[in-house]
Amino acid sequence: MIRFILLQNRQGKTRLAKYYVPLEDSEKHKVEYEVHRLVVNRDPKFTNFVEFRTHKVIYRRYAGLFFSLCVDITDNELAYLECIHLFVEILDHFFSNVCELDLVFNFHKVLVLP
Amino acid sequence: MDSLFQRSLDDIIKGLRHQQAGESAFVSKVLEEVRREIKSTDSHTKSTALQKLTYLHSICFVDMSWAAFHAIECISYPNFTHKKVGYLAISQSFQESTPVILLISNQLRKDLKSNVEVEVSLALECLSRIGNLDLCRDLTPEVFTLMASSRIPVRKKAIGVVLRLFGKYPDAVRVCFKRLVESLESSDSPPIVSAVIGVFCELASKDPKAYLPLAPEFYKILVDSRNNWVLIKVLKIFTKLAPLEPRLAKKIVEPICELMSKTGAKSLMFECIRTILTSLAEHESAVKLAAGRINELLIDEDPNLRYLGLHALAIVAPKHIWAVLENKEFVIKSLSDPDPNIKLESLRLVMEMVSESNVVEICRVLVNYATKSEPEFCNVILGSILSTCSNNVYEIIVDFDWYVSLLGEMSRIQHCQKGEEIENQLIDIGMRVQDVRPELVRVGRDLLMDPALLGNPFLHRILSAAAWLCGEYVEFIRNPVELMESLLQPRTSLLPPSVRAVYLESAFKALVFCLHSYLKSATSSDHSALGLSDPGVSKENHITPDSVLHLLNLIDMAVGPLSGSYDVEIQERARNILGFTELIKPVLSDSLHPQDERHKQQVEASKMVRLLHDTFSDELGPVSMSAQGRVPVPDGLVLHENLADLEAVCGSSLPASSATISFEGSHNVEGATSIFISDQKEESEPSSESTSLLAEHRKRHGLYYLPSEKNTEHHEANNDYPPANELKSELAEQSFLPKRKSKQVKARPVVVKLDEGDVLPISSKIPQAKDDSLSEAVRDVLLGNEADADTLTQKAAADSVIRKKGKEKLNAKEQEDDLDHMDSQSGTVQNPVKERSKRSSRKQNADEGDHGGDKGKQKRRHRHGKHRTREGVQNPPANVISQTPVPDLLL
Repeated sequence: MIRFILLQNRQGKTRLAKYYVPLEDSEKHKVEYEVHRLVVNRDPKFTNFVEFRTHKVIYRRYAGLFFSLCVDITDNELAYLECIHLFVEILDHFFSNVCELDLVFNFHKVLVLP
Repeated sequence: MDSLFQRSLDDIIKGLRHQQAGESAFVSKVLEEVRREIKSTDSHTKSTALQKLTYLHSICFVDMSWAAFHAIECISYPNFTHKKVGYLAISQSFQESTPVILLISNQLRKDLKSNVEVEVSLALECLSRIGNLDLCRDLTPEVFTLMASSRIPVRKKAIGVVLRLFGKYPDAVRVCFKRLVESLESSDSPPIVSAVIGVFCELASKDPKAYLPLAPEFYKILVDSRNNWVLIKVLKIFTKLAPLEPRLAKKIVEPICELMSKTGAKSLMFECIRTILTSLAEHESAVKLAAGRINELLIDEDPNLRYLGLHALAIVAPKHIWAVLENKEFVIKSLSDPDPNIKLESLRLVMEMVSESNVVEICRVLVNYATKSEPEFCNVILGSILSTCSNNVYEIIVDFDWYVSLLGEMSRIQHCQKGEEIENQLIDIGMRVQDVRPELVRVGRDLLMDPALLGNPFLHRILSAAAWLCGEYVEFIRNPVELMESLLQPRTSLLPPSVRAVYLESAFKALVFCLHSYLKSATSSDHSALGLSDPGVSKENHITPDSVLHLLNLIDMAVGPLSGSYDVEIQERARNILGFTELIKPVLSDSLHPQDERHKQQVEASKMVRLLHDTFSDELGPVSMSAQGRVPVPDGLVLHENLADLEAVCGSSLPASSATISFEGSHNVEGATSIFISDQKEESEPSSESTSLLAEHRKRHGLYYLPSEKNTEHHEANNDYPPANELKSELAEQSFLPKRKSKQVKARPVVVKLDEGDVLPISSKIPQAKDDSLSEAVRDVLLGNEADADTLTQKAAADSVIRKKGKEKLNAKEQEDDLDHMDSQSGTVQNPVKERSKRSSRKQNADEGDHGGDKGKQKRRHRHGKHRTREGVQNPPANVISQTPVPDLLL
């Protein structure tokens, strides 16, 4: 089960955050910060899955954006990697050659997508 | 007018981006604007304001709960854009606790029924994000209708919403389940199937048993489907179902193996492997196949795949260790992989592989790695070695000498931060395993001699353990004088007070030992004891009068200044030593010079020395966890308040045995003295110790000796012992019955184990509250559906209900009426059951339905009874306005 989807850039700014579990605002802030720290320091040669608290974060880097998905421990990581790619392709299709600015200015459209 | 000057969302975003600093000022300004604008009546203004607010909420975490009502207004606008903004705001900000959430029920219903597909989609999505019990209950019928809609996207979303419905409002199962199951079979539209499978996957993870009857459908999908996503989810479902039903397992092994060999998709293959390993582990052939695949994964270039291969091995490790051993080299190679994830996985695997025969080799390899790797991983390795080796009271260790020297080696590793654990183990082993004490003492002595180690803060605990060991088992030391010198060296001032206290104590014990052996040898030489060889004293312990003097001087020099120290412990112990030396010195110094009265003095001296020596030679054993509980409570002592305080401080992490006081025969007197001892020890505890959880625990458990020991007459001397809190709380009652006698030379030495109390009693976890009502409902539907299908056909009515806002209770009452009906007509059910079974398209279900029909009926009746009473209490009797439109569900 997906718990949340985060799109963050290299500096740590969240471009999109969609939560599928109830969380307090302060919690959300903390989570975003932690995930960013976790993901940004990893070498590209490392695996795309990291353990995060009691769940897993599956992430992929596209240009300057990190797409992170937080899922349960038992989920199939490779399938979710494909999920991320699917999402990116949809975004690309939707905005025709999407770039980060598109996401920034059309957040309301992006929010409904996943 | 307002809208002319209203800043659009774009403006805000741009403005925010251009802010260098003072973002919060900008945000608050925008917030002010928004508050003003949102109150306007113009739909465009309002929706733009709401949009801006939503943006601020999601990016800057501004609270937007105050705008809840405005959001509701927004969704009632006919214009789709505004509606969308409203729904977005609601999905983002509404929670279960939002007070106005009931108000959207009506609007949602309208939108769900609308003809415009996108509106329906909006409403469905919103419901799935924020649906709570009331909303779900109200809107179940609408969702049900939509599940049969002709437009596929709508159907898909409706199915998705069903998951939330079930979660929040389990009775929705009765309504929607059948349609859900039907959609499983709609092979014409793969999106529907994948949606349904997704729902079932989630449901099954929570309670697999209830979905077992649907196994045949899932099997069909497993065999037929070509869609990888669907297959993965079906495999997940089977992972949960297979353990419950062995025949199912047998049946699905074949297709899964086939899938695994044929598929090109790594994700699917991995899922197959995972399924096989977790739930089909008994089928050897499948496991072998899976192991073969894992091999392939492990040698792949992609680090992801290697990680997954290791992960899969970890899953299989407990039962089929041969698979892991096959890939041993690779696992060890992965220990040096740059990726920390992979390293951790391989470390875990290595730990699994450890057994009695290979523990030496593996530890050697691991320690090698540890020295080469970075600090964090090094400590992880050491930690895992320590915990594995100490598992179950050192079960896998045969050669304790080697292990003790390994511990010593570990302490010298540069980055080692495991001081505490090593300390625990050293002392623990010292107390339990008699034969290894010489080795322990040797290791300790080496550690103590090395002045460089004193500077390393991480090692202080180990040094304290070493000092304690040497003091306690000083009879094994070859050169006690050397030991004393190292204990009293000036560099010890670098140590923290608690450790220094231990050093002092050990020095005291060593001193006593030296004197004792000196005097013994002196007296025995007096008595011309050629035949009398003291068994405890080895030839090398020969203490000369000079060395004794030297020792005494050393003590004066080193300990003298400490008698004024600020630390309580140190001061006390220093004074003890000095006091003793003062007593002894005049007596001894006379006897050290050849004189006539030497003999008498010596006797006096030796009496004193012997007293102390006896004290120190009492063996300290492990203390049981429940020892504290066994103490009889003396009359005057009130324990209540104390324990209540502890509860507040420590919470529930302490073992439950703390509260039980059991009485042990008639040991009251000794019990009293023991308590006295423990009180004294508590007072004298070093004040520098932090009042952490551990300290509390120590106070209650660590200082306890059973009355059966001979300590009671020495209770003053007991104060000189290092507090047994050094031994931490994992110590257990001394058992005088060693479990094994060692016959051969190199056999495993005797390890003192305990009957109980070796480990903390595991507090029973509160089992997680499962969603019983949901599973019951599902079970009812699946097993007993045919029974009341007949009755409900009679009640199928058109959806023309006039419902006022807030009359959710009406719905409940109507359902109650349904149940009444069903019960009254249950008598006529028997015949229809048989007819139903013929008509039903799903034979297997019918079979099970038949079989379980009666059972289900009874269960249901009982349940309805419960239902009725429950709802009867809640609902005031309301007039039923119109017939309930509970749709026909179980045809």
